[in-house]
Amino acid sequence: MLSAQTFGGGPGKMKDYHYTGPVEHRFSPYAFNGGTVLAVAGEDFAIVASDTRLSEGYSIHSRDSPKCYKLTDTTVIGCSGFHGDCLTLTKIIDARLKMYKHSNNKSMTSGAIAAMLSTILYGRRFFPYYVYNIIGGLDEHGKGAVYSFDPVGSYQRDTYKAGGSASAMLQPLLDNQIGFKNMEGVEQVPLTKDKAVQLVKDVFISAAERDVYTGDALRICIVTKEGIDEQTVPLRKD
Amino acid sequence: MALEDICGFTDTPVHAKWFPTSLFEDSISSIHLTDNCTFGLRKPKKSEGNGGIPMDFFIPTLPNSASFNHRPLPSPPAKYSAMVRRPFPLSHGTTTLGFVFQGGVIAAADTRASAGGLVACPAVHKITPIHSHLVVTSSGSGADCMLWERILAREIRLYQLRHRRRLSICGTAKLLSFMLHPFKGTEVCVALTLCGWDKGVTAATNSGPKLIYVCSDGARLQGDVFSVGSGSPYAYGVLDRELRWCLSKEEAISLAREAVFRATHRDAYSGNNVDLFHITAQGWSRRAREDLKEEYYRDMKRREKVAEERKRLIK
Repeated sequence: MLSAQTFGGGPGKMKDYHYTGPVEHRFSPYAFNGGTVLAVAGEDFAIVASDTRLSEGYSIHSRDSPKCYKLTDTTVIGCSGFHGDCLTLTKIIDARLKMYKHSNNKSMTSGAIAAMLSTILYGRRFFPYYVYNIIGGLDEHGKGAVYSFDPVGSYQRDTYKAGGSASAMLQPLLDNQIGFKNMEGVEQVPLTKDKAVQLVKDVFISAAERDVYTGDALRICIVTKEGIDEQTVPLRKD
Repeated sequence: MALEDICGFTDTPVHAKWFPTSLFEDSISSIHLTDNCTFGLRKPKKSEGNGGIPMDFFIPTLPNSASFNHRPLPSPPAKYSAMVRRPFPLSHGTTTLGFVFQGGVIAAADTRASAGGLVACPAVHKITPIHSHLVVTSSGSGADCMLWERILAREIRLYQLRHRRRLSICGTAKLLSFMLHPFKGTEVCVALTLCGWDKGVTAATNSGPKLIYVCSDGARLQGDVFSVGSGSPYAYGVLDRELRWCLSKEEAISLAREAVFRATHRDAYSGNNVDLFHITAQGWSRRAREDLKEEYYRDMKRREKVAEERKRLIK
């Protein structure tokens, strides 16, 4: 319903149009808090990295909110999307891990955690957790494993995966550098741990340049059989 | 999952508390699907009968926006009308096909999973074995297909453990169709083709190759050739030309591969590689996954050669 003042405000003044009908505002239970997560699996290591910016709309809520969560000694999960759902989901996973440990007297393996997370996410098929998850860790044979999920529980084991706001920018770069895709006549050397860490740092620096929701600092968790090693690297703060 | 059930491992009330659905029990009603598809409020002890859906779904009921909504929200029987708007796209779009011929059943599919305009994963497995003589091709929403295949495999295994014989392909299709029925009208989008070989159980007519299409809308169709997905029209075009009962194994494989290749070429939501399974009386065998990028270059070269030949002849 549009109404306009027919006689203007006098000669030379423009008519004033404004909407005078009812407006329906709908409450959305979701919010997008930004952030990017990345995981790479090597021969005997896995790396999970995330930026630490928590944003909403045009504001930054926090510059120190990492998105990697340690689950067991051999598994780290990265969750990006809606921060409320990330927190609840990690609490649920922690509780289920404890229950498993107490019932079965051993920690859950990375593959088992991935399968469990898939059913947890699908249980909310009709009101999903707005979280993009990536699990990185070592499997039962000590090899690096990365499991990437969509918000409703579809998952797959990969060698590398980027998720979150800058995922569309980072994934092609990883496809080229780690998967050697779209390159002809190149020697496919396996990735060493140091080269992988350097690549992750470079990749996040690029992401922070072009994605507004990524930046501030980078938290890298390196999972090896010795344990989980954490590093923090500063990124662009603007 | 199946082993847990057969050993009678039931969840204790304490355990049940930590399933995600129960976190919201006081404010929002959650619906537990029991057997015979009756619906009731969730009780702490799971009454797990045979045939019940082995999964607890959290169904949200949104608060009544009374001011502008002159139509009252539908009463409980139409429970799925309260839908939460999702801010993200889910994976969809595919080309899968299956056909029957004298040497068994061929099932083929592409490997691309797209979410909106982005390729979420270029190397998905769309054909999953359920048991040694049954393979299912999936199409529709990726998460739905993955979880429903898992549930189907669990139910088939339970049937085998309880009744000491394998359920027929027709029976499997019926079971799947009935399990999906409660979700008709919701956004669950699953279109599976069961491709398998029935071992001669009761009548002679029952055994042999079988191809059945089951979808979440409720369709359950048996046929000789099915193609499902956004690329299916292109695949049907190629299949309808060459498909005959008396094809040899190599010809059938090459035909399936060609159909998927042409569909991936024309359909934006299909692509990357082609997976091929062949099911015979001895079980299923998988052909190595083939990257269609090379095939595209070979096809281009072939076309160039044909064009050159034509130019030479005209001269």
